[in-house]
Amino acid sequence: MKLGLDPAVVRRARDLAARAAEPVIEMARTHTTVSVERAVLRLAGVTGADADGIPWVNRIVDAVRDQAGLEHGVALPFFAAANWRSMRFELPTGAERDRALARARAAVGAGVARIDRNRADRDRLLARHGDPGQPWIYLIVATGDIHEDIPQAQAAAREGADVIAVIRSTGQSLLDYVPEGATRHGYAGTYATQENFRLMRAALDEVSAELGRYVRLTNYASGLCMPEIATLAGLERLDMMLNDCMYGIIFRDINPRRTFVDQRFSRQIHARAGIVINTGEDNYLTTADAIDAAHTVVASQLLNERFGHEAGLTDRQLGLGHAFEINPRIPDSFRLELAHAQLVRELFPDAPLKYMPPTKHMTGNIFAGYLLDAFFNLAGVMTGQSIILIGMMTEGIHTPWLSDRDLALENVRYVRRAAGDLSEDFTPGPFIRERAARVLSETVDLLHRVADDGLLNAIADGVFGVTKRPADGGRGLDGVIEKAAGYVNPATEILEAAP
Amino acid sequence: MTVETMKQIIRPYGDTTGDAMIQVSFTLPVPHGPRAELAALQLAGKMGLDPASVVHSKAMGPDFTFFIVYGKATHLIDYAGIVAPEGREFELLTPAQVNTAVKAGLGRRLVVVGACIGTDAHTVGIDAILNVKGFAGEKGLEYYREIEVHNMGAQVAVGDLVAKAKAVDADAVLVSQVVTQKSAHIHNTKQMAAAFTEAYPTSLTGGLGRPLLIVGGPRFDTVTPSDLGVDRIFGKGTTPGEVASYLVHALVRE
Repeated sequence: MKLGLDPAVVRRARDLAARAAEPVIEMARTHTTVSVERAVLRLAGVTGADADGIPWVNRIVDAVRDQAGLEHGVALPFFAAANWRSMRFELPTGAERDRALARARAAVGAGVARIDRNRADRDRLLARHGDPGQPWIYLIVATGDIHEDIPQAQAAAREGADVIAVIRSTGQSLLDYVPEGATRHGYAGTYATQENFRLMRAALDEVSAELGRYVRLTNYASGLCMPEIATLAGLERLDMMLNDCMYGIIFRDINPRRTFVDQRFSRQIHARAGIVINTGEDNYLTTADAIDAAHTVVASQLLNERFGHEAGLTDRQLGLGHAFEINPRIPDSFRLELAHAQLVRELFPDAPLKYMPPTKHMTGNIFAGYLLDAFFNLAGVMTGQSIILIGMMTEGIHTPWLSDRDLALENVRYVRRAAGDLSEDFTPGPFIRERAARVLSETVDLLHRVADDGLLNAIADGVFGVTKRPADGGRGLDGVIEKAAGYVNPATEILEAAP
Repeated sequence: MTVETMKQIIRPYGDTTGDAMIQVSFTLPVPHGPRAELAALQLAGKMGLDPASVVHSKAMGPDFTFFIVYGKATHLIDYAGIVAPEGREFELLTPAQVNTAVKAGLGRRLVVVGACIGTDAHTVGIDAILNVKGFAGEKGLEYYREIEVHNMGAQVAVGDLVAKAKAVDADAVLVSQVVTQKSAHIHNTKQMAAAFTEAYPTSLTGGLGRPLLIVGGPRFDTVTPSDLGVDRIFGKGTTPGEVASYLVHALVRE
């Protein structure tokens, strides 16, 4: 540990994060959502959509809600129905309840078993093809058409990408259903669907075998369908998932309560599936100043860590996010970046940290941008970051061209080759040590306030990302239901059972 | 020589006046090799570079080649024939000046409704203009005492935007569009403008009988406000102060 952080201060930060998170965790334990219930049905093997393209899981959950209420969960009414396609549901009692419960547990258990098999398959393929060394190079494809994404993703893998992220169509986060089938018409991204997941994972398996290196696949679990998308990712062996505790609230105006309930279930699924989550703290720095708001990033990381641990994620599944977004015109900007990056590295020594490239200060001067990206890559290797998203010199101009991606990979390959083990020789001096200690102490102050005022109030006050989101505002609150005493969720039963 | 015939011929400048040197980079969908370089040189020639030389070529996978080409531009530019575009049509005011002007000119708060419309979920632009935090060191419109801000957030349906504008009797509607795939920003904006025209059939122009329609986004550089049916377009890097000053210029008559 190079920064000489005071272990008592670090402990205090974690204690405060736990205290701030606790009431929200309690709220998440005692509530369910329409998307959590739909995820249960997906685990039980319900697929497909009606003639209008509305997924059956939505039709069923809406019908159960109307006829029997969701406070007991969807599982009992669904598995008590003789023919669910009749869309007539009621809450079973007595022996009928016992039979429905047994059927529900068996069906959901089969879904969880499939997730378990996928996890074992991943381990087997990592052993067979080889796990690339860190930092992993993370590249994005985003054509809108899964059949265009596939060759681009395979080409990116051949050029050195270790992780492929398929950006979702803009607006999917606000859809309260998951579209069906292979899709070819997204906006600025490709819809996350079970079939798209399956097609892309198969394509990357093919290229992993060719390259002798397991190429990971990432998608996004944020938005109104977090639990369902997490479930589909587990069923189709995705490897990483964007899953932040506050991103949807702040940047997509999704209701805070809905987000925290959905998030807990989705992370329980990720934990079981061996999926590494990526959190979204980098986004705060696109609206807030990267120096002034550095402590909000660390505070959010500690909250994400606490929520993640509570949901069963291990440290090795916590891809906490941060970014290189300090204004390059500020003196010592690179030293400040190193201080922030090293601080995060030391606070979370076992987490596969995800480091995001500059976007805010990419001006259209592609030559200066290429230099800034090289400094970002250098900061990444110097501070031992785990996952490096590759910066594009044309950031903010257009979606990356083939040549932009190729030049970006050339940049990171050079830095890795030239300075790969530089972290061995990097010993921070007083400037960096003092800056890191200061950010940590500001983090403690902030978490103190958040723990005292309540996390939901802090979010309402605009503490994170300088955007105010009241606890009862935003989309999706009507999909949150308080659990009744007899609530049954066979998925949660399995996921929360002692390992 | 008369004024009409006075010319000022310019060429690109490398390191000597008149050398006309420029650089370009591009990708061709052909395998790397000598034949690909000839294709790149032919393209450079057709672009008006003569002579041209390929200083760098690199295979990008089996099917594509990236080139960096230097060449002498054969085209001439008559700088005398280029008219400087008009500058900002309004005076830049401080928040205090904006507040004073609104109070004196309108005698009430100026009402602004903002939203990202269509599928666009990127609230960064509208938030930079409206939120107190603002952008580039300038506070957003929420900070202005005499401006009443209703920020509707992301993915607002056009019908909801019109209804909100009517409900709060908006003086101006600000719409931000970031996503440009398949020209979504253009389509969404035109649709929005058409809806306002329909909803305010008796309006004469923006600010007279209907709210002023303002659209912002990084990629509106190829269109004019009249193409879209809006009153003003703001591009990348616009600050809240510019928007506030424009609102005063367009809406507050002294």
